[in-house]
Amino acid sequence: MKVAKGLLLHLLAVAWLLVAGYPYLYMIGTSLKSQENFFKNPTSLIDAYTFANYRLVVELGIIRYFLNSLVISIVSVVLIVLLASMVSYCLGRIRFRLNRPLYFLFIAGMMIPVHTTLIPVYILTREMGLYDQLWALLGPYIAFSLPVSVIILTQFAREIPTELEEAAVMDGAGRTRLFAGVVFPLLTPAVATVTIYNFIHIWNEFVFALVLITTPGRMTLPLGLREFYGEFSVNVPGIMAALTLGTLPLLIAYFISQEKVVKGIAAGAVKG
Amino acid sequence: MTGDASRIRRRNRLDKGLFLCVFIGPALLVYTVYNIYPIFATFFYSLFEWTGIENTKTFIGLENYAKLIRDRIFHRSLGNNVLLVFASVLTQIPLGLALALLLQSKIKGMRFFRTVYFLPFLMSTVAIAIMWMFIYNPTFGILNRALADIGLASLQRSWLGEPSTAMGSVIAVICWQFAPFYMILLRAGLAGIPEELLEAARIDGCTPWKSFTRVTLPLLVPTLVTAVVLSTIGSLKYFDLIYVMTEGGPDSATELMATYMYKQAFRQFSMGFASAISTCMFVLSFIVAVTILSLDRYRARGGA
Repeated sequence: MKVAKGLLLHLLAVAWLLVAGYPYLYMIGTSLKSQENFFKNPTSLIDAYTFANYRLVVELGIIRYFLNSLVISIVSVVLIVLLASMVSYCLGRIRFRLNRPLYFLFIAGMMIPVHTTLIPVYILTREMGLYDQLWALLGPYIAFSLPVSVIILTQFAREIPTELEEAAVMDGAGRTRLFAGVVFPLLTPAVATVTIYNFIHIWNEFVFALVLITTPGRMTLPLGLREFYGEFSVNVPGIMAALTLGTLPLLIAYFISQEKVVKGIAAGAVKG
Repeated sequence: MTGDASRIRRRNRLDKGLFLCVFIGPALLVYTVYNIYPIFATFFYSLFEWTGIENTKTFIGLENYAKLIRDRIFHRSLGNNVLLVFASVLTQIPLGLALALLLQSKIKGMRFFRTVYFLPFLMSTVAIAIMWMFIYNPTFGILNRALADIGLASLQRSWLGEPSTAMGSVIAVICWQFAPFYMILLRAGLAGIPEELLEAARIDGCTPWKSFTRVTLPLLVPTLVTAVVLSTIGSLKYFDLIYVMTEGGPDSATELMATYMYKQAFRQFSMGFASAISTCMFVLSFIVAVTILSLDRYRARGGA
């Protein structure tokens, strides 16, 4: 009975392993095949390896998309962390009349579906003269990351013991110094969560980029992958190489710090 | 003396106010411009007939909403959204729970399993969509090949090309992508259940099934409610994967409110009509979220 149960569990575990993992293997395996080989035998995983597809994808400018994504993701995340920590410091540690209402205002943002804002954001971006520029994405990305970030950071900021701050006040520190020198360093674990959560979301973000950017040279990676798909039509190994490269940064981050990535996503969801 | 003290106090208050403005102001500004204002703007736009390009807006009152109520494709997309909500809640969450429980059992190489199980959620939706389009491809996709290999060649078809299979095929991929997410969420919930309670159940002679239904499940309800809310709201506004894979086709078999809205706004340039769809989406998600949350509050008070 016990053996049978163990066997069943292992069987189930392996079954989902295949479902979750096989498409990845297929993607990476195909990206290493020559086109000729692929059409001869599309299902085989291991063949004569070639890096020609990666060379082709790089020659066709995937680096451009990559850099665009990297720049907008990093700048957005840095600004989100900065702005959200500043807000959370005030909401979590300072008493003032508008504290509760402001906190609820930020939480309410979690309920707003992105698509409701799409048309006004598009019109607004045109009017601001930012349309079809990478920086057009900065505002929407920051705004939509603020609710989760503020919730996580405020809850964390509330738990910091007041003694540390009191000691710094004795030493004559002002509020700004308290924030930068005492509270912000203590927020580090929550900042890590917020950084990872937002980076993954922004790196993969699609719909704002789709609406706000049209020139290929200014596109982020998700849009760029679609361009490749359009151009390559039947060059399946080429597209798979592009997909693999596009997924690589998150995979690397995941393998370096699996616990952090998983925790970041769970925290973002639970707090939401 | 008292004059000094009150002056200092007043200065402190001024300092505090200034400090709060400087620290909260920038975030609040961005948030208002891109999050709060658009909700009102969308509703405002929905009262006009407007291309979004020209400056001339014609006020038509609630005409766009009247049109929406009669619109066949909107009915279709609303139906598909509802289907997606049920499919997501009834497959992703149970699957996520099963996986979370599986990860709790003692299996050799647990770390490896856990690592792989989470992988689908890391890939960008666009990448997932493109990859699965090739898996479903009728001529060289591995799905049709695999069916042929196991002697089920009669089941081969153009999965995304036929209205009867397109929605199911897309939903399967959405499941594949999001099951790991609910696995993580529910695993965090499971980790919060005190070991002593399960131990006590075991000592009282509960079978594993009984201790699951009597101890684990009731304690997991708050996490499950979160999961249901997330999955419902997510399904009501779903866009990315379906837009990339089918653009709502074939013959609006996979049309969703969001894909229909996008096409009306940015292909047909009916900004007013598209704004009406947007407003409907917002109101629907809002009502659904509030309903689930208040039902949960009612339950938590011991009402049901």
